[in-house]
Amino acid sequence: MADPMRIRAQAAGDKTTVRVLMSHEMETGQRKDAAGKVVPAWFIQEITASHNGKPVMTAQWGPSVAKNPFLQFVIKGAKAGDKVTIGWLDNRGDKRSDEATVS
Amino acid sequence: MQTRREMLARSASVAAALAGLGLLPQAAQAAWSQAAFDAKTMADLMKALGTSGPAESKDVTINGPDIAENGAVVPVGASTTLAGARRILLLVEKNPSMLAALFEVTDAVEPNISTRVKMGQSSNVIAVVITADNKVLFAQKEIKVTLGGCGG
Repeated sequence: MADPMRIRAQAAGDKTTVRVLMSHEMETGQRKDAAGKVVPAWFIQEITASHNGKPVMTAQWGPSVAKNPFLQFVIKGAKAGDKVTIGWLDNRGDKRSDEATVS
Repeated sequence: MQTRREMLARSASVAAALAGLGLLPQAAQAAWSQAAFDAKTMADLMKALGTSGPAESKDVTINGPDIAENGAVVPVGASTTLAGARRILLLVEKNPSMLAALFEVTDAVEPNISTRVKMGQSSNVIAVVITADNKVLFAQKEIKVTLGGCGG
């Protein structure tokens, strides 16, 4: 199981900015190790973002997304105390989901 | 030469990609779209997504540095002033696979997303916005990279 995500959700007016920092290798499958063997690809493929349990955004990522990915988006109409849940699934079938409260 | 088995597997994956993206956008989260992420050119990518060629537009904005010192971590953002954006794509033109990220947005979020991508070399970075009424618009920006971030 991967390390937890860091999620910060800050409300300003009727908009909430969500910043997520995930902990993941994001190996492209292009790199070679010291022995000259290709390091197999290992990256996050799918992201889901929910606001109070209702999905507001999904994403599909390729190996071009940087290591330990950062993601920022804005939810309309969220207020302090609401729950924001982010989940990811990688190409090895590993998944992780974390929740944060809007402040 | 392709065997029948390979043919079947291939057509099944293409069908899954189409079902996930072109025909049923809601179901896209269930299937990662291999065809779109394999695309090497804009034309291939648009075909994989089941849309037509994009048009450059001022309503779409791409944010990023002019020069990125480290290609492994390049902050980029895409936003649009158009209403009804359904998909926001981030593309790095000269990466081994062009499509970096595909966001499926709903009306509950602003069409303004930032993330960080890897870039193998200096290249154009393109933001594509696909709206609910199937308009495909893009904006591009050249980012120079002094140290590549893909392989090596």
